[in-house]
Amino acid sequence: MLQHARHGPVEKSPARAHEPVLALSGVSKSFPGVRALSKVSLELYPGEVTALVGENGAGKSTLVKILTGIYQPDEGTIFLGGKEVSFSSAYDAHRAGITAIHQETVLFDELSVAENIFLGHAPRGRFGLIDRKRMVAEAAAVLKRIGADIDPQARLRDLGIASKHLVAIARAFSIEAGIVIMDEPTAALSQKEIEELFALIGRLKADGKAILFISHKFDEVFRIADRYAVFRDGESVGAGLISETDHDALVRLMVGRPVDQIFPKKKVEIGEPVLTVSGYCHPTEFEDISFELRRGEILGFYGLVGSGRSELMQALFGVTKPSKGAVKIDGKVAIIRSPEQAIRYGMVYVPEERGRQGAIAGLPIFQNITLPALKRTSRYGFLRLAEEFRLARQYAERLDLRAASLDRDVGTLSGGNQQKVVIAKWLATIPRVIILDEPTKGIDIGSKAAVHEFMSELVAQGLSIIMVSSEIPEILGMSDRIIVMREGRIAAEFAREEADAEKLVRTAAGIGGAA
Amino acid sequence: MTVASTRPHIPDRLENPWRMALFSWETLLIVVAVAIFIANSLASPYFLNVWSLSDLTFNFTEKGLIALAMALLIVAGEIDLSVAAIIALSSTMMGMAVQAGADTPVLVLIAIGTGLACGIFNGALVTRLGLPSIVVTIGTMSLFRGISYIILGDQAYKGYPAGFAFFGQGYVWWVISFELVLFIVAAFVFGVLLHRTSFGRTIYAIGNNPVAATFSGVPVERVKFILFCLTGLMSGIASICLTSRLASTRPSIAFGWELEVVTMVVLGGVSILGGAGSIPGVVLAAIIMGLVTFGLGLLNVPGIVMSIFTGLLLITVIALPILWNRLRQKGA
Repeated sequence: MLQHARHGPVEKSPARAHEPVLALSGVSKSFPGVRALSKVSLELYPGEVTALVGENGAGKSTLVKILTGIYQPDEGTIFLGGKEVSFSSAYDAHRAGITAIHQETVLFDELSVAENIFLGHAPRGRFGLIDRKRMVAEAAAVLKRIGADIDPQARLRDLGIASKHLVAIARAFSIEAGIVIMDEPTAALSQKEIEELFALIGRLKADGKAILFISHKFDEVFRIADRYAVFRDGESVGAGLISETDHDALVRLMVGRPVDQIFPKKKVEIGEPVLTVSGYCHPTEFEDISFELRRGEILGFYGLVGSGRSELMQALFGVTKPSKGAVKIDGKVAIIRSPEQAIRYGMVYVPEERGRQGAIAGLPIFQNITLPALKRTSRYGFLRLAEEFRLARQYAERLDLRAASLDRDVGTLSGGNQQKVVIAKWLATIPRVIILDEPTKGIDIGSKAAVHEFMSELVAQGLSIIMVSSEIPEILGMSDRIIVMREGRIAAEFAREEADAEKLVRTAAGIGGAA
Repeated sequence: MTVASTRPHIPDRLENPWRMALFSWETLLIVVAVAIFIANSLASPYFLNVWSLSDLTFNFTEKGLIALAMALLIVAGEIDLSVAAIIALSSTMMGMAVQAGADTPVLVLIAIGTGLACGIFNGALVTRLGLPSIVVTIGTMSLFRGISYIILGDQAYKGYPAGFAFFGQGYVWWVISFELVLFIVAAFVFGVLLHRTSFGRTIYAIGNNPVAATFSGVPVERVKFILFCLTGLMSGIASICLTSRLASTRPSIAFGWELEVVTMVVLGGVSILGGAGSIPGVVLAAIIMGLVTFGLGLLNVPGIVMSIFTGLLLITVIALPILWNRLRQKGA
């Protein structure tokens, strides 16, 4: 094992003397094939905001789920107010005074604001029935306390996202939660609503609550947080006081990683433009996207989750409808309204969600591979099984698929081998442009290398590749050019030589000075 | 660097297909069918007789025709509960045409047209508006039969032309009825369609994972629409046979058949969750249902008991594979 190189301030001793209200140490959590968290530690202090930062897939969401009792850690300890605790369910965590506000807050649309706030601990009247009058009055009081102008009798579904956040926070107040977790709370808010949220966070601090603030946006982190903790690849790589660090140090902690991967990128002659996209828009997901993809080129798309990369690719592939813009293939206007048409134009998309969008579990391997290429293997609409096996074998062996036989159910394969089947299925259509969305997400190192090597082989044969990836080493290692997207727009474009990890992270997070 | 010689060769199949066929659901159905056949011949002295056996086929041919199309629909993850109501509506339309003096070829066209129109209506509601098929077809079940009740009230249409009787009462050769021949031909066509064409392959893909099928360039909505049309069409054809056999139309015609058709399909090994099943299985299930109802009829078991039997059978064949999987997972 390579020792992780540590940069910048690590493990500073907190300047303030008080005790953490919540302390995690040595917490690990594994899923089949992935180690999501590896011996991480985290401390939260009363009356302070701790910002948790890290790249996509660094383990932040897993940590939130452990803190809220949805996942149970494999090892490690959680101390709450000095006592060791373990949450076997979300209800346990809730009763212990931990509450979380997610991007999509888990509340009940059909219930009133007051009912949402007091669900499970409503004031009782005679015969143990809910005392509605008192509940509404208390809800109004709590809402007033957090400065929210919301009618407690309004139905939740009629409120906007910002108001829903406020209701969730009011709920946290009503159960006297000591710890409030905010997972990307500003993602769906306007600037004005963000200001209101920050004012509220100030009030929560004054009230002595410990707040865990998860955000990709550095300006917010530096404005609101007192402390920081950085996760990288499921490990804690640094923690300390915000006042003793700066942007650069945090970015280095986030991306700094040992060079343990060698990318088999070959030099390929870049040819004429194959795909030209101009002024491409979608009502909600992306706006004014223009780029060009050339023959033999690997074009990387980097950005944070929710920056509109997958949505853009799915629109190009005809899954969703764009509102405006033109797509040209080989200089000719291409109108693509369904994946069927995209395939006819020689453009294919290997989706990110392998299990849901890519592999068809329940069908054998060979049938998965031939599905988009049935025109090639059938005659007058009748199947030719021998032809199907031949085609499936050809691509399975090219991709070094490991399977007992070609008539095995795809669902029985490992993630990496499923991904090979999904890629094989697209190659069998003999495409000219292949869009890979997170092609190596959640697959083992060996399969990753096979996929990377294969990408190089493909472009050498004259194909063009668009690769969407959140893994910086992969983007830097494989791309000829890199486009960074932020909030549905193209934020910057870098040539292979001029790109580095810091520039990408800064541009994606919208930190000035890089783009 | 790719060293092709080190790569393991992946065989097409590991299991011998004959061996797999031996342990399949279809084999079990054959065993069950033979067992019921023997039980019937022991229980009633009237059973083992070519004309009895010929009469027996009428117990499943009409429902079987619909079950063939329904099997494809259920494999694709959809369902059509309005099939019996389509029979009623088609039959009513034919009855009206008879009153207006229409002859046999016109009646056939009317029934097929009505069935197809109902299928198009169901298919459009499900695929264009994105409504769940179970809800849509429960609605159209009432709608189609409701129209029949409005037109007919408590009346019945009779007086079908003599030539029309052939479809439900005619024999092609000796004891082989027209209905039986029609069912065998349809079974062959649907078997080839599901198991030997690329259209059939897309049905399995849709049933197993509609999202991934869409991403694979399968025109999911179009395929589903075609399947609803086929089911409507087969219901119209079944309506011709049934109306011809009864030589009359009442609005209550084929009442409750949708459940028997679904039972047939599920008993045939088609997963109610979609994605798996075979036409040979459905054909065997149709024969078994025919054997059972005919056998119970010979023993003078009342119709209401048969309906209880159908209900229990439906629940059992739906629950069995699900419980079996749960047990297996617990064991693993």
